Amino acid sequence: MRIVFKTDYMQDIRPWKDGYQLSLYLILLAVVIAAPWWLNDFYLGELTNVLIWAIAGLGLMVLTGHTGQASLGHAAFLAIGCYANVILIEAGIPFLIAFPLAGILTGVIGATIAVPALRLHGIYLAIFTLALSILMDDIIVLADPITGGVGGKYIGGVEIFGHMIERWGTPGQFFWLVLTVTVIVTLGYINLLRAPLGRSFIAVRDSEVSAQAMGVDIARTKTISFGLSCTVTGWAGALMGLYAGAFNNETFSVVISIQLLMMIVIGGLGSIHGAFFGAIVIGFLPQFLSIAKEYVGALFGGDTVAIPGLEFGVFGMILIAFILFEPMGIYGRWLKIRTWIELFPFYRKDMFKRQKSYLKTERLR
Amino acid sequence: MDNIQLLISGLANGCVYGLIALGFVLIYKATEAVNFAQGDFMMLGAFVTIGLTNTEYMGLPFWMALPISLGVMAALGYLLDRLVIRRMFGESQTAVVILTIALGFVIRFVAGLIWGHEPQTLQNPLAGKEVRFGGLVLGMEDVAVIIVTILLTWSLYVFFSKTKLGLAMQGASQNQLAAYYMGIPVKRVQGLIWALAGAVAGVAGILFAAKGSVDPNTGLLGIKAFAAAVIGGFGSLPGALAGGLIVGVIEPFASRYIAAGYSQIAPYALLLAVLIFRPHGLFSQVRVKKV
Repeated sequence: MRIVFKTDYMQDIRPWKDGYQLSLYLILLAVVIAAPWWLNDFYLGELTNVLIWAIAGLGLMVLTGHTGQASLGHAAFLAIGCYANVILIEAGIPFLIAFPLAGILTGVIGATIAVPALRLHGIYLAIFTLALSILMDDIIVLADPITGGVGGKYIGGVEIFGHMIERWGTPGQFFWLVLTVTVIVTLGYINLLRAPLGRSFIAVRDSEVSAQAMGVDIARTKTISFGLSCTVTGWAGALMGLYAGAFNNETFSVVISIQLLMMIVIGGLGSIHGAFFGAIVIGFLPQFLSIAKEYVGALFGGDTVAIPGLEFGVFGMILIAFILFEPMGIYGRWLKIRTWIELFPFYRKDMFKRQKSYLKTERLR
Repeated sequence: MDNIQLLISGLANGCVYGLIALGFVLIYKATEAVNFAQGDFMMLGAFVTIGLTNTEYMGLPFWMALPISLGVMAALGYLLDRLVIRRMFGESQTAVVILTIALGFVIRFVAGLIWGHEPQTLQNPLAGKEVRFGGLVLGMEDVAVIIVTILLTWSLYVFFSKTKLGLAMQGASQNQLAAYYMGIPVKRVQGLIWALAGAVAGVAGILFAAKGSVDPNTGLLGIKAFAAAVIGGFGSLPGALAGGLIVGVIEPFASRYIAAGYSQIAPYALLLAVLIFRPHGLFSQVRVKKV
């Protein structure tokens, strides 16, 4: 068991608890950086995919996990980021400028959309964003001259300082590019949560009325949260575009929005780890299922059976199980396991028990 | 004349949306849960009836299959509340939303496993018949849909305003604690409301499958019904039906008079407009929230 002695006020807001924790994360980072050397190209691609989903998850986590505004429409912002990035690059702007710009553009659009959405709460906001996500599909088709419509757009690779980085040609370097973005976003997120802004996000999530009483400007906080969330999501979208190579109006469908929201719920709402855990589940579930199907097929001596929709069915069941039995997601379960190990004989069942409350009404009458 | 024809077919579609929306609102009013799987319930109701009546499955007579499938849907609704939703008591609304979306995925998957992914039509005695009225040629199904919806709405109205159980449901949805003090078994009443919503979804599914074909992804239609419920205001039953009719009527007119490509956005554009200008629907009163 580890005991953290606090000898300095700075220790309370330092991003890491102690040297032990810091070194663990540094080791993890080093292992991941070395991934191109210990993984084959296929799994490296999958890992890249997981990281991109994790960035998108971090984007949504700011809004849903920490500000408490459920969005069922983040695929729309993925699409905006993706198209903005490609269109800027096609206009001759170098990637290193186009990429941040694409995210910022998405963020500005997101913050603008947030203004009418501010008046909406809970379920109405979810529907509003759901409608946005559905509309985005049609808008992309209608904006044919810019977006390429149903035909979609293609992007081969991007050039950084005269060096070509491509998903298929140089998977290792593409992985490092994605990893860099992931690390920057994650560090930014950690720091956001230490800053007054991040604290006010959490205050708004826990109780809008109390936050207002404490002097938090709700409208401003929500708008900034929307903006930040969409910026990060836009970056994830841009990377998704690079990863896929080709995309059209159907790439970022409403199903992706829903998947994104479910991902962070499975991972654990309100934690940075959650976005990563959720992304791992989303990224590796299809592979896992196809391997499992092969195994089952071999077991019964038949060919592999194709079950359409299996992925979503299993995904839905996992999600239901998590919401019913572990509402805090994988990260919440991990916290419990870790505490059990750390406290070994002294862990009690009720340690993480939350107070059950009456039906919280979000209805006005 | 064309316009009247468009109007009637729009109304018939709108009735189906309205019935799904009615299910949403029933559940929302009673339990504050939002059932995103209501559209998938509708699809399931359609498939259960198809499974009972169509000759390639069980081949029961249509009028015998009707009560059975409605009973099955009601039982499913009740069980769902009993086994899954009730555990969510006290959790946030968002969690319930995500849970029901996941349920929708599972229902779609199961329906695909049982009945396959091919579009199917319900074999019913009304199929293919027409009603000629003046210069109008109306599909018998469209007329039947409108009549059934009117009857169902009327009987729901009578149920909620006259019967003991209906009044108990109203009470439980307005104030759970007060209803509990008055001796209403709130949990059981909520279970029954889920059953009722399941049966209403079953009716919607049967009507929809009689009019056109269904496949497991038909449940996504629920999103349109959702728009209908929001346009009507989530807390009002007549509003939900009206919202459904509005969405249903807008669709054929938009596809006729607005350029292709723009027409299918019409219901969602209306939804966004309603949410921006009247965040709580067209038919609702708003009061300030008290802590």
